[in-house]
Amino acid sequence: MVIQALIFYLFASITVASGVMVIASRNPVHSVLYLILAFFNAAGLFVLIGAEFLAMILVVVYVGAVAVLFLFVVMMLDINFVQLREGFLQYLPIGGLIGLILLVELGLVFGTWVLAADVAQIAALPIPAVDQVTNTEAIGRVMYTKYVYLFQASGLVLLVAMIGAIVLTLRQREGVRKQSIAVQNARRREDVVATVKVPTGGGV
Amino acid sequence: MADFWDGYALPTIIILAQILAIMVPLLVAVAYLTLAERKVIAGMQMRTGPAKVGPFGLLQPLADGLKLFGKETILPAGANRLVFIMAPMLTFVLAMVAWAVIPVGDGMVIADINVGILYLFAISSLGVYGIIMAGWASNSKYPFLGALRSAAQMVSYEVSIGFVIITVLLCVGSLNLSDIVNAQKTVWFAIPLLPMFVVFFISALAETNRAPFDLPEGESELVAGYFVEYSSMSFALFFLGEYANMILMSAMTTILFLGGWLPPFDIAPLNWIPGPIWFALKIALVLFLFLWVRATFPRYRYDQLMRLGWKVFLPLSLVWVILTAGVLVAFDWLPA
Amino acid sequence: MAFVDRSARAFLLTELVSGMALTLKYFFRPKVTLNYPYEKGPISARFRGEHALRRYPNGEERCIACKLCEAVCPALAITIEAEPRADGSRRTTRYDIDMTKCIYCGFCQEACPVDAIVEGPNFEFATETREELFYNKDKLLANGDRWEAEIAANLRIDAPYR
Repeated sequence: MVIQALIFYLFASITVASGVMVIASRNPVHSVLYLILAFFNAAGLFVLIGAEFLAMILVVVYVGAVAVLFLFVVMMLDINFVQLREGFLQYLPIGGLIGLILLVELGLVFGTWVLAADVAQIAALPIPAVDQVTNTEAIGRVMYTKYVYLFQASGLVLLVAMIGAIVLTLRQREGVRKQSIAVQNARRREDVVATVKVPTGGGV
Repeated sequence: MADFWDGYALPTIIILAQILAIMVPLLVAVAYLTLAERKVIAGMQMRTGPAKVGPFGLLQPLADGLKLFGKETILPAGANRLVFIMAPMLTFVLAMVAWAVIPVGDGMVIADINVGILYLFAISSLGVYGIIMAGWASNSKYPFLGALRSAAQMVSYEVSIGFVIITVLLCVGSLNLSDIVNAQKTVWFAIPLLPMFVVFFISALAETNRAPFDLPEGESELVAGYFVEYSSMSFALFFLGEYANMILMSAMTTILFLGGWLPPFDIAPLNWIPGPIWFALKIALVLFLFLWVRATFPRYRYDQLMRLGWKVFLPLSLVWVILTAGVLVAFDWLPA
Repeated sequence: MAFVDRSARAFLLTELVSGMALTLKYFFRPKVTLNYPYEKGPISARFRGEHALRRYPNGEERCIACKLCEAVCPALAITIEAEPRADGSRRTTRYDIDMTKCIYCGFCQEACPVDAIVEGPNFEFATETREELFYNKDKLLANGDRWEAEIAANLRIDAPYR
């Protein structure tokens, strides 16, 4: 168990440290790279508690897709960082105030946190022991039976968001010549080529 | 002390030995894949390819490696040093770690984890970072354009690869790679799922940035794409990483569709040959396909590439997922 | 019907498959590669390779220092200095060709009235230093002695057409 504990502290400390570096590093690309490191170590923590399915999904979805797009956008931004930091002191009081309020709220939530009486029972219920069923199957069984409506609803939310993004960015421009591959493929020689006997001096 | 030996030291030594047993053949295979590529493409162009270093040019990869080793490592002045150096290492390491879950024979796997196929998918989706980091850190226009192309391309084709994997998983009922292979004892999935096999193979070409989808390094437009600024061993790491990824993708194709280590028919002379040899033969076959495709087809245009990914493969694989699920449910063939 | 036919062909990837069949067919064709240092392609009798200064069969050098080659050389690669020899005949004291300037046009051998300067069949005269490519008279005469048999044979083959 010593090794496991050591690995836990390794992952945990790297997660926290890279989390700090996300907001502390001066270069936004470095920030995103630290964010990826944080995700990755969080996945490691998931593996340590035996939730390998969640760990892999975290890597596939967040690191493999979301963070790539993030990095994409950040890389292409041409920001003057000196200019960006000019108003820092000016906004410091208001930013600090908001931070303080959030901290107090978090403290209040944490201080008054009460677990419902039967929570231990409910939490234990849907998940069988690890050696009986893989956690992929366990998650699937819960998600597609007990929480199927919530699952479908979250899918619908994502669908609406996707359609919204497409509607906002789609614009039909007039007079743009586009390639139509189907039309090109359907072109036959006999439809478009004609052999003409041109009389001398007559022209076509 | 005995506890420490049995509990930690011995397993560590065994795991290290297993890692070596996978890594050494893999690196040799990578080296000889570079030679095989030149030989196969040469053959299809009626040339002989490298034939001077050693018999039939068999020592050519060593000569190439030695040459790269002796070159100067150049750090461009405007480059972001740390990221610039890390990028090729990342590419190479990712191509290697994926092999931890590949079963080369019955029970012959370093880590037989339950979510093996997801692990492979996750690792292959991380491959894009090496390229993006290289492109950005080089601080130069061609690498940057190459990196952008590559990132968009890999993210697009991962979606259809994901759907293809789901189709296979529906037929298997497990995410474990050994289970996937064992489910193909009666028939390889390449036969009932032939369209998905084709989609997966073409997506694998795009995922590894191979011809005809090698736009990120399209030399006629981008010089060499994301590794323009790299030289010496950092270039060699990219090169090895690319070829190791090709082998990895072939291994994935073999496991998902060609029955992994299983012989084609479970009859006498065929099942005498051990599993790892069948596995290697099948990988070699898929790799030959990779090279064959490169020797045959010209490079895609970028908008055609995106169109193929999003407008052809994505709907096709989605429809096939639904079709497969429907057929499995209708005939009650769902795996337990 | 044509539409169905086309769609079926598109979905079955017939064009891709036929393309790949073609490359596979060529994969099994005999190779055309020459294993160069051991095998060489045939070269024409008019091949214009490395320069040589020839001699008459009695050992007398052919060149009479008329400087026509120097005059005609478009790359200004040839430098000639001449003086009467002890026996009164006009001979060169210096005959240099800068092979790094030479464009192998063959005008010098066309211009030569006595077939002294010729471009022989040798094309393997790469050197490790630039200086070695500045040929002097001794080098050119040595070339002539070395390649005389081939040069003479080539001139004989080409003679009916000159």
